[in-house]
Amino acid sequence: MSGAASHPLEALRREAERVARTVVDPEIPVVSIADLGILRDVVIAGDHVEVVITPTYSGCPAMHAITSDLQQALAAAHLAPVTVRTVLSPAWTTDWISDHGRQQLRDFGIAPPARGTARARLFEAGVVPCPRCGSSDTARLAEFGSTACKALWRCQACREPFDHFKCH
Amino acid sequence: MDPATTTTTATTSAPRLRYTLRRADDALILGHRLSEWCGHGPTMEEDMALSNMALDLIGQARALYAYAAVLEGAGRDEDHYAYLRDVHDYGNLLLVEQPNGDFADTIVRQCLHAAFVDPYWRQLAACRDATLAAIAAKAEKESAYHLRHASEWVIRLGDGTAESHARAQRAVDALWPFTGEMFTADAPERALVADGLVPDHEALRAGWRETVAGVLARATLTLPADGWMQKGGRDGRHSEHLGHLLSELQYMQRSYPGEQW
Repeated sequence: MSGAASHPLEALRREAERVARTVVDPEIPVVSIADLGILRDVVIAGDHVEVVITPTYSGCPAMHAITSDLQQALAAAHLAPVTVRTVLSPAWTTDWISDHGRQQLRDFGIAPPARGTARARLFEAGVVPCPRCGSSDTARLAEFGSTACKALWRCQACREPFDHFKCH
Repeated sequence: MDPATTTTTATTSAPRLRYTLRRADDALILGHRLSEWCGHGPTMEEDMALSNMALDLIGQARALYAYAAVLEGAGRDEDHYAYLRDVHDYGNLLLVEQPNGDFADTIVRQCLHAAFVDPYWRQLAACRDATLAAIAAKAEKESAYHLRHASEWVIRLGDGTAESHARAQRAVDALWPFTGEMFTADAPERALVADGLVPDHEALRAGWRETVAGVLARATLTLPADGWMQKGGRDGRHSEHLGHLLSELQYMQRSYPGEQW
């Protein structure tokens, strides 16, 4: 620990991590990329700091925005140059969304994904409680919603439509 | 890249490049086909679903093309493979280039392909090529949704009205001869299979058939008898449809070479 802490770049790395953790998802601007599990690591790579992120879906168009948001936030904190590297493995899963992130999604009106059900099963939609009234009397309207990671549902109790963050 | 992968690259780089490009071409061409529905879907929800699936597929294609560029080591990028190769350079399955037709044609094509590619990605995720395995581990979660969505629609259409049933059956019968190509592998690909780098395609056939037979049975549709199977796409011998598709996909780079925005 003391060896790592005394590394001349370690203070910079910690500060970069603190700033990186404040960057939010452009599609769900209330939840940080750290709480979503997109931010994987902040490391010292040679003579500079590197931020490692992973995409939620293969074609997620938000990755460009997230990369540029990270670079801007880090530059604004006078931490540049910092590189942003995208990794595919291990594959992102909704199980990485933190409890804090899940509550933020719920507060934003998005039903969070259930844990431990990362794979879609044929002919099984599961039960998704309404993020507004908490009722389990809900129905899926569309498997594919406004972004790749969301499905559109409706609550039969309070009649409100809502987004469901799909299990992945 | 781990040392084990690096050493095998030296001996199997060309076959692996060809293999990767063929799978990238499958994803790009099917993704482009689905993107043609954007703004034309039968309902708003379906319009978004088809576009979402297109996005997944094009994302998979980009990752595979980026890896192909690494394997080739000629300084090319993903855009080169997508925009600057001609019809005979494409190695996609004939199935994925078939025209969208009506909604039944599109959905049946999607179901037949997803029922194959979903277990394929899962097996590839466990294979020895670390990069392909990483791409597959992401793709298999997406293909599971594609399979479920397409299957639900096949059932709704088949077990729907007389008209939707007839159209769904017509689509199944018309696309069936293009399904055999999914399970073929040439000698260089079989060598990659033997090396444990990629899954054995032939071994995926029984599971695929079981999935498709299950969906068709629930849809009250008839599983076609196995007859003559079309092939040639993997070797660049395509139907005339692919050229028309590429003329649209590649228009911008052909007209304004190197243009960026």
